[in-house]
Amino acid sequence: MVVLLLLLIPLIGACFLFLYKGDHRFVAAAALRLSIVSLLVMGASLFYWNTPEMLSFTAPWLTTLGSSLSLRMDGLGTILSLLTTTAYFILFWYLKGRTIERPAAFFAWLLLAQVGMLGVFLAMDSLLFYFFWELALIPMYFLASQWGGARRIPVTFKFFIYTFLGSVFMLIGILYLQSKTADHSFAIESIRRIRLTNEQQSWLFWLFFIAFAIKLPVFPFHTWQPDTYEESPTPVTSILSAVMVKMGILGLLRWLLPLFPIASYMWGDVVMSLAVAGIVYASFLAMQQVDLKRLIAYSSIAHIGLIAAGAFALNQMAYQGLLIQLFTHGINILGMWVLADIIERKTGTRSLDSLGGIAQHSPTLTIFFVIIALANIALPLTNAFVGEFLLFNGILATPSNYYWVFAVVGGLGIIFAAVYTLRMIRAIFYGQPSATSPAPISLATHEVGALVVIVGLILFFGIYPQPLIDMTAAFSKELFDQTDITSLFRKS
Amino acid sequence: MNALLVSAILGVLLMLSSVFIKNRSYIHALALAGLATLFALNLAELNGWLLFEIDVKGMLRFDRYALVMNAIMLASLFFYLLLSGNAMEKVGPHYADYLALLFFICAGLFMVTGYASLLILFLGIEVISIPLYILTGSDKRNLKSNEAALKYFLLGSFSTGLLLLGIAFFYGARGNFTATVSVDPTVVGSSLQLAGLLLLLFAMSFKVSVAPFHFWTPDVYDGAPTVFTSFMATIVKVALFAAFVRLFEDTFSLQFSIWQPWVAGFVVITLLIGNLTAVFQQSVKRMLAYSSIAQAGFMLLAVYAINGDSKEGLLLYAASYSLATIGIFAVLTYMQDYAFEGFNGLAKKQPLVAASLAIFFLSLAGIPLTGGFLAKLFMIKAALAYQLWLAIVAVIMAVISVFYYFRVIQAMYFRDNTQSISPEFPKAFSILLLITALIVVLLGILPEAILGLLYF
Repeated sequence: MVVLLLLLIPLIGACFLFLYKGDHRFVAAAALRLSIVSLLVMGASLFYWNTPEMLSFTAPWLTTLGSSLSLRMDGLGTILSLLTTTAYFILFWYLKGRTIERPAAFFAWLLLAQVGMLGVFLAMDSLLFYFFWELALIPMYFLASQWGGARRIPVTFKFFIYTFLGSVFMLIGILYLQSKTADHSFAIESIRRIRLTNEQQSWLFWLFFIAFAIKLPVFPFHTWQPDTYEESPTPVTSILSAVMVKMGILGLLRWLLPLFPIASYMWGDVVMSLAVAGIVYASFLAMQQVDLKRLIAYSSIAHIGLIAAGAFALNQMAYQGLLIQLFTHGINILGMWVLADIIERKTGTRSLDSLGGIAQHSPTLTIFFVIIALANIALPLTNAFVGEFLLFNGILATPSNYYWVFAVVGGLGIIFAAVYTLRMIRAIFYGQPSATSPAPISLATHEVGALVVIVGLILFFGIYPQPLIDMTAAFSKELFDQTDITSLFRKS
Repeated sequence: MNALLVSAILGVLLMLSSVFIKNRSYIHALALAGLATLFALNLAELNGWLLFEIDVKGMLRFDRYALVMNAIMLASLFFYLLLSGNAMEKVGPHYADYLALLFFICAGLFMVTGYASLLILFLGIEVISIPLYILTGSDKRNLKSNEAALKYFLLGSFSTGLLLLGIAFFYGARGNFTATVSVDPTVVGSSLQLAGLLLLLFAMSFKVSVAPFHFWTPDVYDGAPTVFTSFMATIVKVALFAAFVRLFEDTFSLQFSIWQPWVAGFVVITLLIGNLTAVFQQSVKRMLAYSSIAQAGFMLLAVYAINGDSKEGLLLYAASYSLATIGIFAVLTYMQDYAFEGFNGLAKKQPLVAASLAIFFLSLAGIPLTGGFLAKLFMIKAALAYQLWLAIVAVIMAVISVFYYFRVIQAMYFRDNTQSISPEFPKAFSILLLITALIVVLLGILPEAILGLLYF
């Protein structure tokens, strides 16, 4: 029941806001309250972790097709729903004082996107999964195209076309799997029971992988991403990059690796090569950028590359690191986007060339920025360290002859990350104060509040990561059992 | 059977009504009441209640599938009349005659969905075509309309000739016109059979505007008055598809190894030509003409794949495609011209109309939560049982269709109105349009509402 509530709260909120055209104060306050309620429901579901009937919901729907409204919160779903509700809470708190044109529609679309994303995270029926996958896309498309920058129409359309193209291939894969199930059902349990030959796994793998690779994005499917992140309004970008990207990783972990383990092993080298190539490529581009948003966008591609590589390391340590990273990367990158938005709004520019010297008169903002930026490059004692450490350990244990190549190139990515992050900090905060920011930048209460929550999460989980490790232990074990290559080969 | 006879009677009634009734809104109301009666009679027949007991000598067969198809067409026609009554008045002075012709066409539609003999199929197609030639040319002072009517008439007669020749060959090989019994390819003269089969395939492809027999479509759809284009591109096309599917599923099912490759080729060509040409159109009306060719490519998958999915899918396709296209055309009749720019900034001025249009276009593009998605899903699922590559071609084409459908959405929501004039819509029209859009959404969420009729 709890899972249904998680979907219904934002859905009802979105419908209400679409019909009610309130002023900004009312709308933002209502949205914030909704996000708090969602967060509380999420907290309740953590409390109910050992009563599975509270965490799942099944109702008949499209029965003639063999589908059903089947939602369940497993370990992966827990982490991602927690991230979604937390991120929405932080973002809505931050947005409380930020002026937005036509706020009712803006918040309504955001809430609708939340329904779509939570649905993707919780759906246990492949057709339902596909429905939510598209439901998350449409609101994002409208948000980015209506509130975005000057080049928004072609750029967001490219985003839409890319994602849609990927998803229709996945749809063919889903339909094929459904036709192979014994009971002609779209349910994940039935799909798991199919015995696929290696050849079938191999091409089904690509049908699904392209969809997820575009969403992540993995090099070379990434070309939509920097443009879209730049042209979207920053609050939308933050949701795109903190939460929506996780749809692709969820796809890998729930709908790809466990369903086609042998193909994942077979194509593992190819995918990991793409992933680490993407890390290097995106890092180099990030070093060149002068636009703050583009820089963060490319740094995000690099981070996602490491996460994608971790997924194909096919061992328990990498899975656990990956699951922890899902949460911490989301929080950290959200922090980066919030800061980018604050800087752009208060100085009127996001070009690194025309920023500078902010540290001299705005120490608070500087401290927030430095902590979040350092967390983003996974410094010890920040939340991302544990996850990234486990990820690297896992990549070193990849069942592949080239494991050391992936580990070394991935490790280079960390050094590059330090380079572009420190370069960014220097350009914005140090040097001579520039004309764009002559006066101290003061932060409003809601802005400080949102940033304090982020920094609090960074430091808390940096110093005491045990809750995250406990939360992910069971699921990473389960995932490993489903994808363990050596046992699979022994069986067959 | 009920609806077939009553629609012919209603056609005569409406033709005479202009003599006695001068007020057009009464005539409109009469037509709507007539349609409601037809719908009720059709539903009654679905429950086994017949108005007349006529021995048709096995030439007509109204089974559940035909009756459900008729119900869908009648419901679409009802929405069509509600949304387009106003635009029909503007075409010319013979309002009652247009409506009468629509009812005559209805009789033809019921014949082609319920035929059991190829003769009835031929008669039905003629009963549909001849009034359509008249409606295409009904805007008498418009040269484009005249040209379209002539073109349609010439090419339509030509394809009817092919159809008749095909039926003649079929008769030569079989000795009867029965369409319900499958042709046994091993027994009778195969060259006559084969010629008949191919001629029927080509003629039907022509009628449903499948490439490479589609050349008449853009010109006729563009030239005809927009109200009647809407009718031709939706309800008529859907009924002909139902007949097409029947013909190849019942009559030629044993020869499917012969015709299936042909149909697969037609599907690919139709999808390619329809979608790629639609991308480059500058007029929304012409874009919709090509889009209807592209959609025909998808519906042709129902002919290609002989299985339950394809038949159910065609029903869903009929409903969602007809309603969405009728809605879009109805809005189009209110526009100044048919350029994409005319839609700029519509979302701010007319949020209800824009939202409904957005739903229609999303449905045509096959985005989930709309009827169009489930319809395409059924088609792809049906095709997937035979050929993987065909399904892949189909979905790639669905992605290309987003390019032209979303142009209107982009214009409405993301661009600002640069022209001073913006179209005005009556309040009732906007609400009716929204209801139509909600039905399209409902079809995507609860398709059982229609498919359930097939089984219970």
